[in-house]
This record gives sequence, structure tokens and C-alpha cells, in this order.
Amino acid sequence: MRTMDQNLQRELIMAVATSVIANAEELTSLDQAIGDGDHGINMKRGFEAVLTDIDGLATRPLPDALHAIGMALLMKIGGASGPLYGTLFMTLGKELPASPSTEEVARALAAAIAAIKTRGKSEIGEKTMLDVLAPVQAELAGGGAELAARLRRRAFAAADATTPMKALRGRASFLGDRSIGHMDPGARSSSLMVAAVCDVIGG
Amino acid sequence: MPNVGIVIVSHSAKIAEGAADMVRQMVGDAVPLAYTGGNASGGLGTDVAAIMAAIDRAWSSAGVAVLVDLGGAETNSEMAIELLGHGRRAGVVVCNAPVVEGAVMAATESSGGSPLDVVKRTAEELSAQ
Repeated sequence: MRTMDQNLQRELIMAVATSVIANAEELTSLDQAIGDGDHGINMKRGFEAVLTDIDGLATRPLPDALHAIGMALLMKIGGASGPLYGTLFMTLGKELPASPSTEEVARALAAAIAAIKTRGKSEIGEKTMLDVLAPVQAELAGGGAELAARLRRRAFAAADATTPMKALRGRASFLGDRSIGHMDPGARSSSLMVAAVCDVIGG
Repeated sequence: MPNVGIVIVSHSAKIAEGAADMVRQMVGDAVPLAYTGGNASGGLGTDVAAIMAAIDRAWSSAGVAVLVDLGGAETNSEMAIELLGHGRRAGVVVCNAPVVEGAVMAATESSGGSPLDVVKRTAEELSAQ
């Protein structure tokens, strides 16, 4: 896998942002089924704000860049995803060194998952972004060969696995059993971000 | 001692404004009051920076009670309070109460000079019923 430098940092930010923006309509459509139908447009607004400062973000030390991305998402998304994804990126920024190892990324992601649980008052198995991030973190912590490809598959499979779950947090929980049979939009957006990172570091 | 400030946070700018009108009808200018609704693009949602600004407008040394509607309004309000910094965040609380009824009840309690914990408890009695 590649080591962190400014070029890789730029590629990673661009890949995550463009993937979320390119799939905004799908995210909105998932959210229309079990939420308030704004996840795609909110995430797009957040990552467009990130891209307006891509030159600055690419050249800052990784922890600073991650903190700034988190703040941009927090300030611009405008829904519950703002604080949740803001917390994800800000915690990664707090925990990661400028050029992290795989083990350090796994530890930082574990810390971010804990912070998201606190922020969202949520646990694994409640049909949220945590149901993607937690299995991805477990796979990452296990290490091994072909890690990027495995993480990518794991992320998409985990998002799919939210479909039969009953939502216990957020607007979708108002639907009760009617939330069953739809993929969670936050799980989907998380899987897109993980896959975008894997495409860059594994390719 | 000044009265506790009230902040209303809704996904809808119209609901936030309307709830604030109802509070004013009840307590006039006796209570510092601010409201915000809508996301940074003016659509339905909430805006952390706008919530921080509303807390500033309703600021009181007696504290500020924040009334919110749905999930994102609560999460974004909690985030806004954290971003206020160590010196100020201890004086701001989110009330677990319906936004319209909670705002009117909290403001009425505040107008009588009650401290922040009593204002919060009064608003939250609505949820316990």
C-alpha cells in the first residue's frame, strides 16, 4: 500500500468527495424510502464545501486536514449526518499521526466509532453508519493480504446487511417495522467513502 | 439576576419563528429569546453556526435553555454547545421536550426568575406525561 504524502492525501480527499457527490441521488432516494429524503443533497453540500478548499486540505498535515474536513461537514451538511460525519473526521484528525500505519488507522477508526456512538446515542445493529464502520474497522484491525480489496467488499456487504435490519435511531426509527427491507442511507454513504479510500490506496 | 435565555431550533424556519411568536405573546420581552430554523442553504434542516449565533443572541448569565424538534436539531445543538468552548458551554442545556410547548413552558418559568435547572425540568415535564 502507498505511504501518505500530499499527492495521496489530495487523491484520497478527491476520491471520497467525488464518490459521495456522484452518488447523491442514490443516497437521497434511499433516504426518501425511510427518512426525510435529504441525505444525498446534504452530503453533496458538505463535500462540495470540502472541495472548495482542496488545495489547502491537500497541503496541510493529515491531522489538520481531517479536522478541517470534519468542521466543513459539520457546518454544511445541515442534518444529523453533519455532527456524525463531522465527529468521524475530527476524531480521525485527533487520533492519527501525519503518516499513519495500517494499525494506527485501525486504532483511530475504533476511537472514531466510539465517538460516533456517543454523539448519536447509538450502538451496532441499529441500522446506521456504525453497521458499516464497525465491521470495516474489525477487518482493518485484522490486517493481512489484499486488505484494500477485502475492506471494499466488506463495506458494501455491510451496507447491504442493513437492509433487513429494523431502524432504532433517527427518522427511520419512526417507521418501526416498515424500515425493514430498505438499505440505511448512512450505511450506504459510509460504504461509498470506505470504497473510495480503498480504490486509491489499493490501486 | 437576569432571566434564563431561550433558544428555539427547528428544521423549519417558519416553525422556529412561529414558536418564538408564541413565546413572546406569553412573556413579552422579559426573557432573552432567539430562534433559528433551516439549513445553510435555506432548506429544511439545522445549521450549527446559526445555532451558535442564536445562543449568542439569547445569552444570559443565568444560562440558556435550547428547545429542539427532531434528531438532527438535537445533535446539531449539542455540537453547537460544545463549540462554544469551556467557559460558556456549562451554561447551556438542551431540553428533552416538544419544541413549541417546551419553549412556551420554559420561557414562562424563566420569566418568573427560576434558575436554569428548574426551567429545564419544567419544559421536560411535558415529555414525562
